[in-house]
Amino acid sequence: MRKYFDEIIRIAGNVVTVKAPGIGYDELAVITTDRGSSLAQVIRLEEDRVSLQIFSGTQGVSTGDRLRFLGRPMQVATGDDLLGRIFDGAGNPRDGRPEVKTELVDTCSPAVNPIKRRRPDTMVPTGIPMIDVFNSLVESQKLPIFSVAGEPYNELLARVGLQADADVIILGGMGLRHDDYLKFRETFEEGGVLGRTIMFIHTAADPVVECLLVPDLCLAVGEQFALEGKRVLTLLTDMTAFSDALKEIAIIMEQIPSNRGYPGDLYTQLARRYEKAVDFDGAGSMTLLACVTMPGDDVTHPVPDNTGYITEGQFYLRNGRIEPFGSLSRLKQQVNGETRDDHRAIMNACIQLYALCRESREKRDMGFEMSPWDERLLKYGDHFEEKIMDLAVNIPLFEALDRCWEILAECFEPAEIGIRHSIIEAHWPKPLAESGAEETAEAAA
Amino acid sequence: MNGQIVAVYGSLVTAESQGRIVQNAIAFCERSDGARLLSEVVRVRGQRADLQVFEETRGLKVGDPVDFQENMLPAVLGPGLLGQIYDGLQNPLPRLAEDAGFFLKPGMYIHALETDTRWDFTPTATPGEKVQAGSTLGTVPERIFTHRIMVPFRWQGEFTVESVADPGAYTVEQEIAVLKDASGEAHPVTMQQEWPVKVALNCSRRRLMPKDPLVSRVRIIDSMFPVVRGGTYCIPGPFGAGKTVLQQITSRHAEIDIVIVAACGERAGEVVETIREFPELIDPRTGKSLMERTIIICNTSAMPVAAREASVYTAATLGEYYRQMGLDVLLLADSTSRWAQAMRELSGRLEEIPGEEAFPAYLESRIAAFYERAGQIELADGSVGSMTIGGTVSPAGGNFEEPVTQGTLKVVGAFHGLSRSRSDARRYPAIDPLDSWSKYTGIIEPRKVERIKDLLRRGNDVHQMMTVVGEEGTSIEDFVVALKADFFDNVFLQQDAFDEVDAATPAERQKFVFDKVLSVADMEFDFEDKEQARKTMVEISDLFRNLNYAATDSEEYKKTLSLIEEFIATRGRKA
Repeated sequence: MRKYFDEIIRIAGNVVTVKAPGIGYDELAVITTDRGSSLAQVIRLEEDRVSLQIFSGTQGVSTGDRLRFLGRPMQVATGDDLLGRIFDGAGNPRDGRPEVKTELVDTCSPAVNPIKRRRPDTMVPTGIPMIDVFNSLVESQKLPIFSVAGEPYNELLARVGLQADADVIILGGMGLRHDDYLKFRETFEEGGVLGRTIMFIHTAADPVVECLLVPDLCLAVGEQFALEGKRVLTLLTDMTAFSDALKEIAIIMEQIPSNRGYPGDLYTQLARRYEKAVDFDGAGSMTLLACVTMPGDDVTHPVPDNTGYITEGQFYLRNGRIEPFGSLSRLKQQVNGETRDDHRAIMNACIQLYALCRESREKRDMGFEMSPWDERLLKYGDHFEEKIMDLAVNIPLFEALDRCWEILAECFEPAEIGIRHSIIEAHWPKPLAESGAEETAEAAA
Repeated sequence: MNGQIVAVYGSLVTAESQGRIVQNAIAFCERSDGARLLSEVVRVRGQRADLQVFEETRGLKVGDPVDFQENMLPAVLGPGLLGQIYDGLQNPLPRLAEDAGFFLKPGMYIHALETDTRWDFTPTATPGEKVQAGSTLGTVPERIFTHRIMVPFRWQGEFTVESVADPGAYTVEQEIAVLKDASGEAHPVTMQQEWPVKVALNCSRRRLMPKDPLVSRVRIIDSMFPVVRGGTYCIPGPFGAGKTVLQQITSRHAEIDIVIVAACGERAGEVVETIREFPELIDPRTGKSLMERTIIICNTSAMPVAAREASVYTAATLGEYYRQMGLDVLLLADSTSRWAQAMRELSGRLEEIPGEEAFPAYLESRIAAFYERAGQIELADGSVGSMTIGGTVSPAGGNFEEPVTQGTLKVVGAFHGLSRSRSDARRYPAIDPLDSWSKYTGIIEPRKVERIKDLLRRGNDVHQMMTVVGEEGTSIEDFVVALKADFFDNVFLQQDAFDEVDAATPAERQKFVFDKVLSVADMEFDFEDKEQARKTMVEISDLFRNLNYAATDSEEYKKTLSLIEEFIATRGRKA
């Protein structure tokens, strides 16, 4: 049954209030204005007054405009017809091709019963040593990339999308610059994965409410694929834009802000989305990688802070590299025991030595004297940064482990790296480091 | 059908009723498709009641009927709670999964106890006996415990036992006794009863001063910042500092009868880990699976937020119930900040005047009231039971100067503050030994603990100084103090949660090793230079670390210990 109402009594921000009885909470409506029509969603009921957020914004909405209620919540089409397609934040095609209306499902499904979750145990290879070796990405993990504006976080996201061996890739862009959107499309096209990719793109020029819908659309579509047994990789960028959109709506609705203007339910809102990452017991999985730009590079800002409490670790992308300190994959222990016997040993030794190298660098910068051991650490640090940490390095896990061994052998004696003897014997690369004396002299100069 | 909805805003519904409205009573909002959504009255104004709905409110309409009840949100108590996995409203999740599949279904509620299981009842009360709320009428064996069947706690006054069932197998719904009240009216008793979760349950002769150490087998806790049975403690820490790992270790190794894990607004993955691992882990004290002594209440972050608020109370009520049987219960709440946030969300929707960081003004009193539910009690029959509450706090930005951490610190007996710098340096457990405190006395003499704390403080001072003047500007005496502090930190405070032996150190072994470590710290040395000092301390640290990894009384253990004793006997100045 369709219902029409036209008694608009309030227009503020992106929210319109209309007199309309018998409307369900969360229900969807279409508002028709001089500019065309837009979807709207019920966000508050008060007696016969219904407040809706208008997806395309309220510019040009008049008190004489008409709303048609659809009697259902937000839905999205799912299924194989979506593959290779690009949509906007309201679910309309952005690629000039016809609309898809197959297998409509409600967005924002209820939470998954924890009993029906599996313990994740499959590694997702990315070809990036800082991820594969040191903080392995695990199927069904939810992991943010903490970064700041200007860092190549979208490039990193696209690379993971290309190299992770997922059945379906879903990209959700929020507040994306148009160039970035084109770049994503180009990268995926070149990489030959566009055929198994679905994009929901909200660009910075689009109405803010549509930004709020992007994660829900992506996750609802992804969830359906996962239920069919597919392994889905969902990429979201940038969740800070999403949180800012939440803030905007909350303030218009006169909610009391809790921290820097963000609504008190920011944690819940973010968690509801991130928790969609799942490994179903008896079906497929969804892995979720999201970019979070930290305003002012401040990790205590409410958005990265709340995110960190929700996600299973985080990657810090700084100066074009994934930081070894602070970056953490909470699920890595569940997969890196079974890859190769030296994986964990290398992971710990390389990071500990790199930490020591940083201390030596600090000492050097403060003008303290450098011991021969310091010199070796400095040399190691340079090699490690160049051959492992650099984002341009693109090698599979075993090759990366071998390369770590080579670097270690070049800089240290076997006894200095703090790895168990049995593992060193099995993996120490044969041509042992020759005298590193001349290079040490160089580094000192 | 005694009311109807007039407004919906997020999880808050306002309903109008001409009948009686009871504050904090439950009500059902009936959606047009027939689903009955459980909710709770949180405010009454005139004939209007504000309800917090424990489910998503999607689809509710103005005019939908509301069914107001008279009773408050209850927990169901009886045999069969142990080993269960519940959501925040005490729905058994495995059975929800059987009926609803992958997803939770709004409006679907399942009775918390199996109604067809038969329990072997042994009567202990005799007809004619005078009893009151909490008196034991009989017992049933539940897993490894003797479960007392008690007179319903909410019954007031004195009763006379009219009849008690014969020994035999009964379900929780069958009558096992009939009691007569003072006016001669007969009341049947079954093995299950209900209790409102938000009211503290305590039918005891008196509350005791808690002082029996609760051994968690985490060295830094038991030796330095102890917790006692019936006490309270909190673990605040930024994300990634290891709060949850610490809680998980405690839930495994704690020397206690029953563990209740309340996963409140945290990651589902962590609960899954517990759910999948516990049934396979053997409790060394009983030889049975850890699940036998565990109850999991999980309301993960994606589940409806109002039920999250209820979940910690449900957990506390179940804990209090087993305490009434003379058992020692440990309630681990992870995380109380999510619970506080749930209160904040509701308060915001109610448009209450906000306090600091928009938390409601009653935040502190709610936190205090929750922790006050812990305690050691002496029951009417003289036996003693306890409930210990350990809550994690997730302060925004890792800053402890926020309302939830501060409100918690005022009311707990021990504070285990996790520090980012320790976790970054991989010094686990990342409890900061300089900031943390405990008001309780543990397994180590306080005098000895003070000496070690003093050493750690001085060591820290020297380290601070060294960052300015460098190693060369530090005197060898100071340098040795720093080395000794590091030594204690490395070999005693730090513990490898993933090593079979090191993960859990029993009390006796802790005391023994503590004394050995103390004797090393008391040694005086004549070092020629700093290099020699460092080498010596590295040597002894290495010995102790090997000792930590060696099973008690194994060959390795004895060998390492004799080397340590030799070191202590021969290396100091006085040797």
